[in-house]
Amino acid sequence: MSQPIVSLAGVTKAFGPFTALHDTNLQLNAGEFVTLLGPSGCGKTTTLRLIGGFEFATAGTISIEGRDVTALPPYRRPVNTVFQDYALFPHMTVEENVAYGLTVRGGAVSKQDRASRVRDALALVGLSAYGARLPGALSGGQRQRVAMARAIVKQPRVLLLDEPLSALDVKLRETMQIELKRLHRELGITFLMVTHDQNEALALSDRIVVMSQGRIVQVGAPTDLYDNPGSAYIADFIGASNLLDATFQSASDGVDVFRLGDGSLLRKARRGRETSAGLREGARVRLGIRPEHVHLAPVEGGNEIQARLAGSLFLGDRLRLELFPARSERPFFVDLHRNASSRRAPEAGETIKLYVGAEDVMCFAEPEQ
Amino acid sequence: MSFVTRRNAPAFLALFSGPFLWILVFMIIPYVVMISVSFWTRQFPLFVPDFQWGNYAKIVLDPQYATVVLRTLKIATIVTVVSSLLAYPVAYMLVFTIRSEALSNLLYMCVIVPLWVSYLLRAYTWKIILGTNGALNSLLISVGLIKEPLSIFLYNQTAMIITLVYIFIPFMIMPLYAVLKNIPRSLVEASEDLGVGPFHTFLRVILPLSMGGLVAGMTLTFCLSFGDFVAPVLVGGPDGTMVANLLQSQFGAALNWPLGSALATLVLLLVLVVLQVSSRFDRAGQIDLR
Repeated sequence: MSQPIVSLAGVTKAFGPFTALHDTNLQLNAGEFVTLLGPSGCGKTTTLRLIGGFEFATAGTISIEGRDVTALPPYRRPVNTVFQDYALFPHMTVEENVAYGLTVRGGAVSKQDRASRVRDALALVGLSAYGARLPGALSGGQRQRVAMARAIVKQPRVLLLDEPLSALDVKLRETMQIELKRLHRELGITFLMVTHDQNEALALSDRIVVMSQGRIVQVGAPTDLYDNPGSAYIADFIGASNLLDATFQSASDGVDVFRLGDGSLLRKARRGRETSAGLREGARVRLGIRPEHVHLAPVEGGNEIQARLAGSLFLGDRLRLELFPARSERPFFVDLHRNASSRRAPEAGETIKLYVGAEDVMCFAEPEQ
Repeated sequence: MSFVTRRNAPAFLALFSGPFLWILVFMIIPYVVMISVSFWTRQFPLFVPDFQWGNYAKIVLDPQYATVVLRTLKIATIVTVVSSLLAYPVAYMLVFTIRSEALSNLLYMCVIVPLWVSYLLRAYTWKIILGTNGALNSLLISVGLIKEPLSIFLYNQTAMIITLVYIFIPFMIMPLYAVLKNIPRSLVEASEDLGVGPFHTFLRVILPLSMGGLVAGMTLTFCLSFGDFVAPVLVGGPDGTMVANLLQSQFGAALNWPLGSALATLVLLLVLVVLQVSSRFDRAGQIDLR
C-alpha cells in the first residue's frame, strides 16, 4: 500500500472566533474502516464535512487519491456521504433517489447500465422490493438503507458516514452494525464513520481516531485503544474505567508501587506504552482499572482494595456494583456475572474486599490543572 | 361513537353557536342574497324578483362586458407571472445566498414592511412616479434623455401591471420564503455530494420542493389582482377598466344590482375554479419533508 486514499495535512477549520479543528493530520488507507470518535463538539463532524466538501478548510491541505481537493466543491470530489438525517429526496421514489447521482453530468451512465446499477445497489442493502416507494413510506431503518444504496451506487473510493445509526432504536442499530460491517467487507472501499458511540466504534472499526476539543488525541486499533489508552480521558471514554488518585511510591523489577488515598499500596506490572516508567517518587498519577478486571475472590499476585458498597444496578446478565474505596470520592464499578457468582450478593453499606491483578492496572499522568 | 351526546349537547351548542351565527350572518346569507338577486330583472328604478338567465347572457354576449372580463383575466395572469419571476430569485437569495441570518431577516422585513402602509397609498405612489410631472419624467429630463415630459407612462395597462406587481409581490415572496426555508440544507448537500452541480440541484431538488409555495403565492396574487379595483382607477386610464370597476358601477352609477350580482357571482365562480386548480397542484407538490 503506497499512497493513502485520503490525507489531511495541517488542516484547521475556524468558524469565526471558534476553532473547530486544530492543525490536524490524518491519513486513511484503501479499504480501511476508520471511525472518528468523540463527544459532540469535538470536531469529528467538521472533519467529515471538510473531506466531503461541505466546509472549506481555513488552513491546510486535503487530498483524495493524491489529488489536492482542498478548494473543490462537493460535486467534484470522488467521495459520497451517508447523512445523519439520511437526506433522501422526499419527492422521488427510492429508485429515483438511488439513480439520482447517475443521471447528471459527470456521473451520467447509459440507461441499461443505470438500471442495473440501481438494482444491484438496492439488492445489496436488501431493498429490492421497495424501489417504487416514496421515502415517506419507509421506516427509519429502510431509509437508512436507501441512503447507503444512494451513496454506494456512485462507486466512491471513500464512503463518509455521519452518525449513520444514531437515529435508529437500539435493536435496529445492532442489526445495522452487522449490515455495515458486511457492506464494508463486500465493497472493499474505505469507510470513514463519525460516531459518539464508543461501542459502535469498537465493534466496527479497523482504526479508531479519538478526538477531543478539535484535536486528535489518539489513533489506534480498537483492542489497542482499549488495552493501552493514552490518557485517563480515553480510558474512561472507551469502555468503562474506574479511576483512582494515587502517588508514585517506588519501582522494582518491572513492578511499580503506588500509594492510594487511604494509605494502602497498589502494585502495577509495567507493560505497553504506559508512562509509569520515569516517574519521580511522590508524583501524582491516576490509576485506571476496568470493571471486568475487578474480582471478589483473591487473585494470585493481586492487589486488595477495601471499598464500601453504595448500591447496585441489575443489568440482566450481570449485576453492576457501585462502590466507594476508602478516601475516594469517585465511584468504583464492578460487574458481577450472575452465573459465575455462586456467592451471595453483598448488601449496600457493607465493606467488601476487591482484588485486582497487578497486570490489569493502568496508569496515567495526572492532567495539568 | 358520536361526538355529540345527550349530556354534552347544551355545551356543544353554546360553544359552536357563535361561530355558526357568524358564518350564517356574514357569509351564507350574503351569498344567498347575491346569487338570488343575480336572477332578478331591472325595471328602472326598481329591481323585481324573478328567475331568468338574462343577466348572465348579457355578460357573456355583450362585448362590452366580455372584453372587461377577458382583460381582467389577462392582466391578473401577467401580474401573477411577472411577480413570480421577480419574487422567486428574491426569496431564493434570502434563504440560500445570504449567509448572515440577521441580514436575511432584515431584508425579509423590508419585503414585508410595505404591507403596513395603506394599500391605497402604495398604489398612489405609482401615480406620482409615472405621472407627467412625476419622478420618472424628472429623472429622464435631468439625465438628458428627453426634453419634454412624456405622458406615455401613466394611464395604461402597463402602468396597472407595474402597480399591481408592486403591491402584491410580498404575497408572492412570503410563501416562497417559508417553503424554501423549510427545505433541509442536507438535501442540497446530498445532491451536490452525488455529483450534481448547483444549477441542476436547483432544477431537480429545490424547485420541485418549493412548488407548494409557488402555487400558493400565484393563487394569492392572481385572486387579489383579479379583484383589484384601485389600480385601474388610479393609473389605469380609459382601457384599464377591470371587473371590479364594472361591478362597482353596476351598484353605483348604473344602478343595475341584478347585473352587478351576476357579475359578482361570476367572479366568485372564477376564483373558486382557480382555488380548486391550485389546491390540486398543491396536493401534487405536498411532500413530507421530514
